[in-house]
Amino acid sequence: MEYIPSNPAEVKEMLASIGASGIDELFAPIPASARIEKLHLPDGISEHALVKRFQTLAAKNRSLDNLVCFRGAGVYDHFIPTLVEDIISRPEFYTAYTPYQAEASQGTLQTIFEYQSMICALTGLDVANASLYDGATAVAEAVLLAMRTSGRSSVILSAGIHPEYREVVATYLQGIASEIVTIPLVNGATPAAALKQAINEKTAAIVIQSPNFVGTVEEMAVVGTLAAANNALFIAVVNPISLGLLASPQEVGAHIAVGEGQALGNPSGMGGFSFGFMACRKELSWKMPGRIVGQTTDTQGRRGFVLTLQSREQHIRREKATSNICTNAALNALAGCVYMSGWGPDGLRTIAYTNAQKCRYAFEKIIAVPGFSPAFANQIFFNECAVKTTKNIQHLQKLLLKNGILGPMGLARWYPEFADVVLFCVTEIRTKEEIDRLVEVLKQA
Amino acid sequence: MEKLLNELSCDGHSAFSLPENDMPDAMTSSIPSHLTRQHPPALPQVSEMELLRHFTRLSYKNHSLAKNLYPLGSCTMKYNPVVNEKICRMAGLSRLHPYQPENTIQGALEILYELEHSLCEIAGMDAFTLQPAAGAHGEFAGMLIARNYFKSKNQQRTKIIVPDSAHGTNPSSATLAGFSVVPLPSEKDGSIDIEKLKIALTPDVACIMLTVPNTLGVFEKQILTIAQIAHDNGTLLYYDGANLNALIGTARPGDFGFDIIHINLHKTFSTPHGGGGPGSGPVGVKAFLAPFLPVPSITKKGKSFALAFKGRRTIGRLRSFYGNFPVLVRAYAYIVALGGKGLTRVSHHAVLNANYLLSVLKDVLPAPAGTRCMHEFVLSGKPLAQYGVRTLDVAKRLLDKGYYAPTIYFPLIVEEAIMIEPTETETKKTMDEFVAVFRAILAEAATDPSTLTTSPHTTPVSRLNEVEAARKPILHF
Repeated sequence: MEYIPSNPAEVKEMLASIGASGIDELFAPIPASARIEKLHLPDGISEHALVKRFQTLAAKNRSLDNLVCFRGAGVYDHFIPTLVEDIISRPEFYTAYTPYQAEASQGTLQTIFEYQSMICALTGLDVANASLYDGATAVAEAVLLAMRTSGRSSVILSAGIHPEYREVVATYLQGIASEIVTIPLVNGATPAAALKQAINEKTAAIVIQSPNFVGTVEEMAVVGTLAAANNALFIAVVNPISLGLLASPQEVGAHIAVGEGQALGNPSGMGGFSFGFMACRKELSWKMPGRIVGQTTDTQGRRGFVLTLQSREQHIRREKATSNICTNAALNALAGCVYMSGWGPDGLRTIAYTNAQKCRYAFEKIIAVPGFSPAFANQIFFNECAVKTTKNIQHLQKLLLKNGILGPMGLARWYPEFADVVLFCVTEIRTKEEIDRLVEVLKQA
Repeated sequence: MEKLLNELSCDGHSAFSLPENDMPDAMTSSIPSHLTRQHPPALPQVSEMELLRHFTRLSYKNHSLAKNLYPLGSCTMKYNPVVNEKICRMAGLSRLHPYQPENTIQGALEILYELEHSLCEIAGMDAFTLQPAAGAHGEFAGMLIARNYFKSKNQQRTKIIVPDSAHGTNPSSATLAGFSVVPLPSEKDGSIDIEKLKIALTPDVACIMLTVPNTLGVFEKQILTIAQIAHDNGTLLYYDGANLNALIGTARPGDFGFDIIHINLHKTFSTPHGGGGPGSGPVGVKAFLAPFLPVPSITKKGKSFALAFKGRRTIGRLRSFYGNFPVLVRAYAYIVALGGKGLTRVSHHAVLNANYLLSVLKDVLPAPAGTRCMHEFVLSGKPLAQYGVRTLDVAKRLLDKGYYAPTIYFPLIVEEAIMIEPTETETKKTMDEFVAVFRAILAEAATDPSTLTTSPHTTPVSRLNEVEAARKPILHF
């Protein structure tokens, strides 16, 4: 299959119009010594064979269609309404380019405007951009935004931020004279006392994730007050589903809210169906990275939408742009848009509450099993709970897998101090029966 | 005018059904009230059918590849095979958790491994990473690789040379990685003047970023000399893969002497643009730079695949997990479907189609880079000034006729630039129809310029007030 339509007669006609003897002549500018005879790749195959080939590859994986998932750690197994995939599968959306020609791109532009509106509603903040690559790069871009705005070069990161996000922040800051101060967790949360001690006149921002990577819902308002008192920005890294229930970034005094959007209507996809969302206070909007859509009017006074505040961006400002981002994650954000549009405030609250409720149910059941106990005192969590275990974790995972369960995430990989702690994730689609079965297997471990 | 979601909203309406709650009534969350939200988010309340209609009507307001030619230069708007959309959404590929044990994701890792190796062969490089989420992300990775490489050699190199015809992301990515940018004035056809390059090429230049063919669609004839000069200076050569479609299967950047390259899978490898993303920008390097690639990397031992998270010299992690996996799946499916010979035919027909279009349009407007091109070409709308018409007006008038506009006002070195790239997947007939329309519009510029300057007329909205949008921003409902 080649998707190349031209037949030999058409090729001949085109060559005649060009005045070339053959296609080869068109490549004359390329030095012969630098050309290749052929690619050493297998020959192409038919569509039927292609589908078969990928069915075989897919069959070598065990998908969440036949594993009961109790794993989160940044990617979540939520219910995805059928409408979401139906809309993003429309070629009018997925085969469109970035909406530079606004008059022929009103569909994409209005959906981005609506997406921005709902991200603002969730976070309580004034301005949202059209999306970034993922949660990790969104945190990194937020840190850069804070540094640009404040002229300060130090950032305080809680160790409760997703470890991969912290790695990405470190990668992004390599080219900038800057300092990262990481605050270790105490009892599963970021200790306010340590933040107080760390903050100073060089601090551009404090970054806290809530619920944090080990599941704890952080005391965000305390951080908001501390940041304000020190003229530092407060960057809240949030789970968008949790915002149906938990205090919004605006309510806790955050200047910038960022996070991973996958949970909003995108499948787990090896972590690749991602988008990063970012919202901030109005005064930061001109320093924001990425595309932003604004409402305006056409020559006849009709409402329409355009890419706006573009003088921040690389195609205008080149080396002086606020970010190098161009292509973002528009289609995944469109899935997020459709997802957010169909629940209403009560629906999203119910989903969020059900997550918290089911996770609590699982937590109570699990810690009642001999060999399992709460990882922290007075644990407050959303849909992930940390549990300490005396069991051999590798053995436990294998046993769960044998029983068709994708077990909890072990924390040892990133936190040596939590070598005996695992993180269970329970979303709204886990049933009581599935949770009870999980507990039964844990008893056998 | 399509209503906004908040205007469709009606108290008590909702679209989606909640999963059954089978929890005992007494089971509450553990979250104390001071941590909960005081004001519920003002999300719209709309029924499912209303939503279906809303988004469907909005989709009609888009131009798309599915509708007609999308002649955007440098964007390679080729056919996005529909089968690849189905493939990347197979449950066995889309419903995988990134932290599943490796023995449960062998098929996924095999795809990543095979894609890396196919790209090595296609680009003439020794190692690839699939982590970067877009072209600009790949450029940033490439710049960090250069930075860390020179650091490991204890060399102070702080500058990156970028031709003024390059994409804006090039200088922006170099800056983000901590370099200062030295803009290099290009020749009229976008190519590099060797003497100017030699002057700019001081001992502190880390890297030269080049787009080949350049953004005027011209192959850099002196590329081998440029590579020699760069390497003699200890400088690395970076290839912006935006225009790889012109070369695929015919020549390889690695063979020209490039040390680092990024590829836009959403251009050359047919993955859809999605209204602005997600894309993917894999980065390839020569062997001596392989230790600097980001983590994780995919390894193969015997018949099984694994992820490696550590590397002594790695630039670190670029994003969470393993890149834009669904995009990678589509790109690999494209490579498997076309095979080596098919991929070679891609560059042949991309260049043929572009030259054909140029051959029939070169008489209507000046082509500053000459009468032959690679996969795209640039015209200048400057002569239209005599009628009071600009390139922008031609672009808007094309929208009236059911086409998207070419890339306009880029590259910056051509006045009133109109940059056209048909790609190999368009038929001659489609191109002929476009040419007829384009000619008619230029004729109209002479006879009825105001129709152009007030266009578009048939699109859902007419020209929009961008100044007002930026001056009094309305950024949400």
